[in-house]
Amino acid sequence: MSTDAMPRLALAAVLLGALAFALVPLILPTYQVSILTEVLIYAVLAMSVDVLAGYTGRTPLCLGAVFGVSTYVTVYYSSTFGGSPYVGMALGVLAATVIAALFALLAIRTSGVYFLLLTLALGMIVWGICLRWTSITGGENGIRGNVRPAELAAHLPFYYVVFVAVAVVTFVMWRFVHSPFGLTLRGIRDSESRMRALGYNVSLHMFIAFTVAGLFSGIAGALYAMFNDFVSPSTVALTQSVEGLLMAITGGIGTLFGSFIGALAIIGLENAVSLYTERWQTVLGVAFIVIMIFAPEGILGGIKTLLARKRG
Amino acid sequence: MDRRTFLKTGVALAAVGAVAKPYIARAQASGPIKIGMMAPLTGVVAAGGREMVDGFNMYWDEHGGEMAGRKVEIIVEDDGANPDMALQKARRLVEQAGVSMLFGNLLANTGLAVANYVKGNGMPYFIPIIAADDLTQRNRIKNVVRVAGYTGSQFPRPLADWCLKQGYKKAATISQDYTFGQEQCGGFCQTFTEGGGQIVSQFWHPLNTSDFSPYLGQLANLGVDVIFAMETGADATRFMQQYSNFGLKGQIPLVGAMNMTDQSVIRTMGSEAEGIIVAAHFAEGSPDPVTQKFVAAHVKKFNKLPSLYGFSMYSGAMWVDEAAKTIKGNVEDRDTLLSAVSKTELTGSPLGQTVKLDAFGNPIYDVHIRKVVKNADGKLWNAPIATYPQVSQFWKYNPETYMKQPPYSRDFQGIKKS
Repeated sequence: MSTDAMPRLALAAVLLGALAFALVPLILPTYQVSILTEVLIYAVLAMSVDVLAGYTGRTPLCLGAVFGVSTYVTVYYSSTFGGSPYVGMALGVLAATVIAALFALLAIRTSGVYFLLLTLALGMIVWGICLRWTSITGGENGIRGNVRPAELAAHLPFYYVVFVAVAVVTFVMWRFVHSPFGLTLRGIRDSESRMRALGYNVSLHMFIAFTVAGLFSGIAGALYAMFNDFVSPSTVALTQSVEGLLMAITGGIGTLFGSFIGALAIIGLENAVSLYTERWQTVLGVAFIVIMIFAPEGILGGIKTLLARKRG
Repeated sequence: MDRRTFLKTGVALAAVGAVAKPYIARAQASGPIKIGMMAPLTGVVAAGGREMVDGFNMYWDEHGGEMAGRKVEIIVEDDGANPDMALQKARRLVEQAGVSMLFGNLLANTGLAVANYVKGNGMPYFIPIIAADDLTQRNRIKNVVRVAGYTGSQFPRPLADWCLKQGYKKAATISQDYTFGQEQCGGFCQTFTEGGGQIVSQFWHPLNTSDFSPYLGQLANLGVDVIFAMETGADATRFMQQYSNFGLKGQIPLVGAMNMTDQSVIRTMGSEAEGIIVAAHFAEGSPDPVTQKFVAAHVKKFNKLPSLYGFSMYSGAMWVDEAAKTIKGNVEDRDTLLSAVSKTELTGSPLGQTVKLDAFGNPIYDVHIRKVVKNADGKLWNAPIATYPQVSQFWKYNPETYMKQPPYSRDFQGIKKS
């Protein structure tokens, strides 16, 4: 096989996927459009998980909380404070980035299971604060928002706004992981000590990667604020982080675009299965086990290996 | 197309439109009535959610599955006790399933999320269980109606008054630390202190507290005349058991929020729950024949005494059914439906009294002070010992002045400084 056939094929697949996301909503009923909007937003969260888990070799369990911080700030600013939703979103992303930077300072000292546990604890702190700081966050009841501007109230226009935003974010993330800096991250993933020996400031690189992942989760969180117009502690809960990680794993860790497949598969399955049975969580669980056994590298990862095997 | 044909076509089209319009409306009103019903069927409060669905279905089963002569199609969705999921399910029911009204949800956070969603699209949303004060007070949404429900602070007020009449002067409260608990404690504390009582101390503990000994130790040494407790679910069971185990039972009278001694809790308990006094609109141990008929039917169908969840959903269904009858089943017209619901006075309620809504969409009840006792079969139930007629969510206050005070929270409990 020629070496540039793969990228060309990949490019074609990405364009085809983007085209599908652009056109399918036109023929879908409005409810499915809102589901698709959610898929796009969660894909961004999954991609930012992938930046750390797939490209840097550090699996985070706090990006859901970072995502939620952005949602909280956006909703709080625009409803309780009465400010412009767009300023609120900017502040939300900023807050998420700052929180991620703080977390990064603590988390980059660790790796492996310690990294997992530390980020889990950090995420739980955010959740605890949101739950107990009733005067600001509304506690268990959350905050009802007023984020979505009237011109975006309908599902379709809002979908396309999200679509454009996500397309831009995806491109930036793709550039980020394929930049020379992104290569150093992969170097750190494969051998931290060698990268250090080569003279790279490993801690700094990991700090930047973590903060950038936080920034992207923050963007997803701000979009989610506009999508849901409501925030409560369940948005910053551990399940949110786990969901993001599961999407990244299902799609294929270290593939970036796999996140879209993962988000589509999980949110789609959640909605389709829960139509038929209360035990939809069991079905989801079984689906994960099946994926992990037969395609441990995720759906997109599996396809890639399959293609490579056919040609090789 | 010349001007003449254009005019002709225009007139013809307009005529077709005028003729067809009522026809379309009628066509819409003849099919089954779709009702979206949400309840937590998974998650921490799944047991309560199941009883909600049972109570709701029980009403429609008894009435031939019809509302005002039209078939009812109930679409049950699991909200997972999670506001994000509740929101998603509400969207699906409204936008995909095309329901004419939404019913249900158990936890306040799920209800508030859905309420915010229907605020935007005007879908009628009935909440027999969600007790968050502000949904029918400061942040009232016109299409959110608490049929057969109650607000958090509504019933503790008559209870506080009753406590004062027993000569209790000093009280302490213990409650789960979230809005529902803060609202109930607020109602109790405000009425109790305004009537000359004193709140010595208040304890807030996280949901799912397994060991109450630190709190019980402090409560025992405060020298209070009465303790007001607000607990739900497993916390309620544990609290009452430990209250008894630590020897406080019989020493300091225990009163509380109605959910603490709800059937869903005391069904599995023994003598430790006996004698606890709470205030509520519904008392399954009421001698009223209408109530007993409902209780017997529920026992026959599900082999257990009805809980608040089953009762509320049953009555809520009845309320909307009665309202639909007055508008000939034309529930698709939202404004007509909402105004019919708010005008309906519920005569057939299992409470055995006529219930009506106040101007804010919250019912006014005769509130029973009820005591946990053993019934003839040796099962625990709540029997009324006193009644406060016509208690609204505003107690004896003027609604406008009342709503000027901040909502109840941990920091604001309406305690009057003496």
